[in-house]
Parts: sequence; structure tokens; C-alpha cells
Amino acid sequence: MSHTAPQSEDKAETTVAEDNRWRDAMTRIVSGSWLVSLGAVVLAVLAGSIMIIVTDPGVQAASQYFFSRPGDTFAAMGTAVGGAYYALFIGAVWDFRATDFAGGIRPLTQSLTMATPLIMAGLGVALGFRAGLFNIGGRGQMLAAAAGAGWIGFGLDMPWPWHMLLAMLVGILAGALWAGIAGLLKALTGAHEVIVTIMLNYVAFYLISYLLATPGLLQAPGSSNPKTPPMKSTAIMPDLLGSQYNLHLGFVFALLAVAFVWWLLNRSAMGFAFRAVGENPAAARVAGIDVPKNTVYVMLIAGALVGLAGVTQVLGTVTTGFSSDIDAGIGFDAITVALLGGSQPVGVLFAAILFGAFKAGGSLMQAAEGVPIEIVLVVQSLIVLFIAAPPLVRAVFRLPQPGAKPKKRPKRSARRKEVAA
Amino acid sequence: MKTVMRGVALAAATALALAACASAPDEGSTSSSTDTAGASETQTAEPIDYTACIVSDAGGFDDKSFNQLSFEGTKKAAADLNANFKSVQSDSETDFQPNLEAMVGVGCNTIVSVGFALSAATVESALANPDLEYVLVDDAADNDFNGEKDAPNIKPLLYDTAQAAFLVGYLSAGYSQTGKVGTFGGQPYPTVTIFMDGFKQGVDYYNKVKGTSVAVVGWDGKDGSFTGGFEANDTAKATATNIIGQGVDVLLPVGGPIYQSARDAIADSGKDIALIGVDADVYNTDPSVQDILLTSIMKNMDVSCYDTIMAAGEGSFDPTAYVGTLENGGVGMAPLHNFESKVDPGLVAEVDQLKQDIIDGTVPVTSYLNQ
Repeated sequence: MSHTAPQSEDKAETTVAEDNRWRDAMTRIVSGSWLVSLGAVVLAVLAGSIMIIVTDPGVQAASQYFFSRPGDTFAAMGTAVGGAYYALFIGAVWDFRATDFAGGIRPLTQSLTMATPLIMAGLGVALGFRAGLFNIGGRGQMLAAAAGAGWIGFGLDMPWPWHMLLAMLVGILAGALWAGIAGLLKALTGAHEVIVTIMLNYVAFYLISYLLATPGLLQAPGSSNPKTPPMKSTAIMPDLLGSQYNLHLGFVFALLAVAFVWWLLNRSAMGFAFRAVGENPAAARVAGIDVPKNTVYVMLIAGALVGLAGVTQVLGTVTTGFSSDIDAGIGFDAITVALLGGSQPVGVLFAAILFGAFKAGGSLMQAAEGVPIEIVLVVQSLIVLFIAAPPLVRAVFRLPQPGAKPKKRPKRSARRKEVAA
Repeated sequence: MKTVMRGVALAAATALALAACASAPDEGSTSSSTDTAGASETQTAEPIDYTACIVSDAGGFDDKSFNQLSFEGTKKAAADLNANFKSVQSDSETDFQPNLEAMVGVGCNTIVSVGFALSAATVESALANPDLEYVLVDDAADNDFNGEKDAPNIKPLLYDTAQAAFLVGYLSAGYSQTGKVGTFGGQPYPTVTIFMDGFKQGVDYYNKVKGTSVAVVGWDGKDGSFTGGFEANDTAKATATNIIGQGVDVLLPVGGPIYQSARDAIADSGKDIALIGVDADVYNTDPSVQDILLTSIMKNMDVSCYDTIMAAGEGSFDPTAYVGTLENGGVGMAPLHNFESKVDPGLVAEVDQLKQDIIDGTVPVTSYLNQ
């Protein structure tokens, strides 16, 4: 199987690392096609509908006399699901209740605001995936970056934009270093990055908790609550569309980050080395690529990207001071976003905007329809579940199963010959 | 898609088959069942055009603490007013501002936000919507620390729980046979340490009056034992076990559900140790601890939220800060229930007298609210 047959483009993903089934499985999960991603979202939304129906008090009431008048139950189901997803839509995309364009577009800008940190953190995780590294440490990297950027943001007096840029730089460096620890440990000692990054999450969380509870460090002077003072106005990322919208400059940095990661992975020598290491470290080593060095570089850049997400949280989204849950679970959501985006920069962008929309719409879904926020979280979790099981999604939507049943007959015969030989 | 449809049908059928045989109600009345929940209890009053709303902090409305109590009080007030009720849970601090915005968007009249974490977001929302009424539980809404609240339309609800804890501390010191009582908290927030500090002041006062030397384990007046979070986990149980190991026979855990870990640690120790509940009368909210519960330090957030919303719904919202004390019943000591027979009636009488003395101001209790 080591030689490449003419059908190599078709079998590319199955011929990689045949000797390592786990690596193979991981490669397939993190680089699924966009059709599988779409199918997973559709399935998860359908499953979410069932949960909305089952938990809706209106449906429960109507179902008690289902056999005398079934129409009521179905009407209640329709009301429940329609109302919930309608609220999600007007909370996330376009507000039909608004009288003018400025009010109507507001939810969309809110979704983009929510998507901003997810884009950058998702890119950081996706970059790790491409290099064969599971970066579960998004939380710790975001907290380290938030602490660094926040400390500069409220502690120094400087003119804009230098204050903002310095705070960003310090935050990004903090995130990069935090991830770099995991990269270095893996490169030098072979410690598995999953374990190390998870443990570093705890270290960062308790470190931040300590800093927040100690007067003179991150805690706001005059207060004994574990919360920082607000950021100085010179450190805050300005609003992009005026003060009535929350969308801030961080979104532009997120788009720049997408372009940067695309260039890095597809056009730069370093990105080529990353991908080579990710697809087959043994082959990369034979080809003269320094695997340990690249592991450290990947983690540094991934940590910088995740760190940028932490920076935009404190300088853009929540500028009134933060506490130890400023990461808002984005470090973990970023894993989902990276999976959903197929570990491609543009895919991550769209996946993050979808998740941003879920987050933005989730508030209104609760407020207007009383749908528990857990439904949104269940939908998100189911997306991961379905993406992790691509054959299931392919079976449901009759998508071709790669490697299992190639449709084109010539290739099939070629394949048989190869197996026979 | 067939598979999916089959799944949907199966799930629906299972749910419906359980109780699908009742007779249908009359036409016309069915629409009411699809209305929003909240005001669903049977009332005779006309529905009023008023919406009460509540936003939780990251603890969620099932935290067995301030979110839950505030939620219950607000919901009950909305039901009694026959008004609309809406609630949103926050998962993290980035949700606060969008959640408050969503509440403004769905037409809330009064918005209750729970906890100091929402303080900044609530002030922002209150300044942007001067026509709406805001209630902030457990925080003074003073983020610039100038001693005044930052928006005129916010009513802060504060609780001087040190007063109630003082009584319980006195009672515990008199009840203790080993001469040692213990306490520990979730995290060193002012709203947590105020319990521990009042408790210690009560014990110290007992020592002063009686010439005894009952010791407090877990809080020295400035620092103490904390579990680092508000979850009933192994850390909380280890902390409780550690304090029990120092010979205490009364234990006060402060912070949501961590008393459950203390209950388990007491059961494991096999000793006769009395537990003290916080926030609600835990005797009623958790029957599993009835046999070991000495009393509870009550912080009646449900009552004050209820009163505030009732007033707001009737058009007489008063944005002055509310401070719950022993005098106005905002804080208090729960009945002894099963421990009635185990506590010396003389001691109970002394505690009753002490309560009056605190109300009269003859016995001073210090806390961050009156410094």
C-alpha cells in the first residue's frame, strides 16, 4: 500500500498512516467534508426540536387528550418548535419586530460579536488539529491572555491606540506562552498534549482566582469581590458600527486571523511542515523536518490565536471588568467550531458565526419562548457527536461513504487489482 | 430522512402514550395552554399588563442559593399579580449583557438581576433604559465605589446576614460540648464571609459573656477555609472532614450546595455533629439533613424579591436600597425543629433576648454593610 495508485486523490485520507488506526480516525474526524458538517447541523437541529416538543408545557397539556383531538397536540408541537426557532432567528439574524434597518440588523451584529472570540479560538484549535495536536487548553490560554491584557488595560495610562496594542500584545504573548509550555513538554519529554493542556486549564483558573482575590493584583481597588476594575477607555477596542451596536474592532482582527492562518497553512513553508507533521510524523522526520521544534511552534501560534480570543473578551466584549469565567467556555466551544469547520480557516469562520448565532439567539429563545438554554447546548453537543460519527451522517443523508463503496466502477476494479496484488 | 422521521414519530408516540387518554377541553380554552408559563396557576384576577423578569448569574436557577430563592420569589409575585413572568439563565459573564438586552427586547417592566457579577451589566442596561425598573440582588450597584448606586432606577437588595449568623454563633457556642465549632466557605466573597464573620462574632460574644473559650475552626476573622468553588464535590467533603477532624461538634458550611458534602463528611465520621444551613431554612428545602440540622441562617431573598415585585407590579416601585436585617425580617434564624429538645431552653431564651439587643443596637454586629 506504500506506492501511490492512480486513484490516490480519492483515497488520500485512507492511505495516510495505515499503521495507526487512531491517527487515521482522528484525521478523518477533524477533516470531514462540509457536507457532513451541514448534515450534522441539520440532524442536531432536528434532535433539538424533539427536545423542545417534549419539554414544552403546551404540548404536554395537549398530549393528555391526544386520542380525542390529536390536532391540538400537533398544533402545540408546531407552535413550540416554530416559536423557538423563530425566536432563535430574530435573536440571531434579523429582528422582524424592529421598525427600521438599524434595529433589524442588530441581532446579526450581535451574532458576529459572539462569533469573534470563537473564530480566533477555533483557528487556534484547528491549527493544532492540522499538526496532529489536540489543544484542549483553550480555557487556560484565554484566561492567561485575559489576565495579561486586562492587567495592561486597567493598570497603565497610555494614549490610544498604543495602549490597546500593547495590551493585545501582552495578552497574545501570555496565551502563546501558556500553550507553549504544553508544546515544549511534548517536544522534550513526549508528555501528551491533551493531559498537559487540560491540567494547565486548572492551573490558569486557580491562578486567576488567586490574582482576583488578592488586593493589589487583579482585584479592583476598594472592592472585595473577585473582579477586576473596568478597562481604561484608551485600551478598549472601538465599536465598528457606532455605540448602539456591540460589534467591535476585534471582529476585524478575527478576519485578519482567518487570512493569516489560511496563508500559513496553504502558502508558507512553515505551514507545510506543520501539515506534514500532522499527517505522518515519522515520514516528516525522514523528510528532514524537525518534529519537536514544529510541535513547539504550532503550540505557540495556536496559543497566540486563542490568546487573541481572550484579549477581545476583555478589551472588546466585557470591558467593565472581568472575573474568572471570562473564558465563557469558548476554549471548549472552539474544539466544536474547529471540528465543524473541518479544520479549514474559512470553514472555522462560518462554523464560528453559526455558533455565535446560537449564542446570540439563545438569550431571546429563553426570554421570549421560555425554552431552556440547555436545548441550545444540547444542539451544540449533538453537532460534535454527529461530526465524530461521519458514517452515521453519511448514511442518513445517503452521502457517499469514502473508501467503502467508490461509485465509479473503473476505480473499483483498479482497487481490486491492487488488493489482489 | 426516513430514519429521522421514524425517530421523531417514535419519540412522540412514546411521550404521548403515557397519558393521552384524557378528554379534550372545550374549544376556545385550548389556546390558554400554549401561553407562556409563569402565570399558569389558577387565578381569578384579571391579567395585568406587567412583565416581571429575572436574569441569573452563572450559578443558574437551581443553585439552591440566591438564584433559586430570587427566582421563586419573583415567580410567585408574578403569579399573584397575574402578570407575565420571564426568566433567562446566564452561562458565563459574556451572557449578562445580551441576556439583559433580550429582556428589554421582550418588554419587561421590572428586571431582577442576581448577584454582584451582573452589577456592571445591570448598571449599563439601567442607564440605557431609564423607564425600566431594575432590582439587583446582593450588590449595591456601586461600581465606582463612591458610596452611591450608579443608576437611579436600580433597587439594590442587600442582606446583613452577620446579624443572623451572630445569633447562630451564640447558640452554637452554647450548644457545643467539645468547645469547638467549625465553618468553611465556597470562595472568600464578601457575601460568603459575612456569614462566617457574624458566626465568629457570636461565638466571641458568648465567650465574653460566659467566660468560656469556645474556639472557631475555619475562620479567624480575616481568613479561613474555602473549597474554591460552589460545588458539592470531593474538595468540599475533604475540607469538611478536615474541620471535623479538629474536634468540632457544630459545622457551618457557607455556599450553595456544599452543605451536602458536609452532610456526607459528618455521616462518614460517625460522630454526633450538628449542621447549620444557610440562605433558606434547609430543614424544609432538604429533608435529608433534618436529623442533623441544628438551625439555619436565613437570608430571605425570596421574600424581599416577592415584596419588591409586588410593589413594582402595583406601580409603587421604590428604588431605595433595601438592607435585610433582623429588625425587618430580611435575615433571621430558623426554628430548631428536631433539635428543640436537645438545646437548653435557657440558651434559647438568651438567643431571643440577644436578637432584641441586636435590633435595639445594644449589641453591635459589624459587617461590610455597616462599616
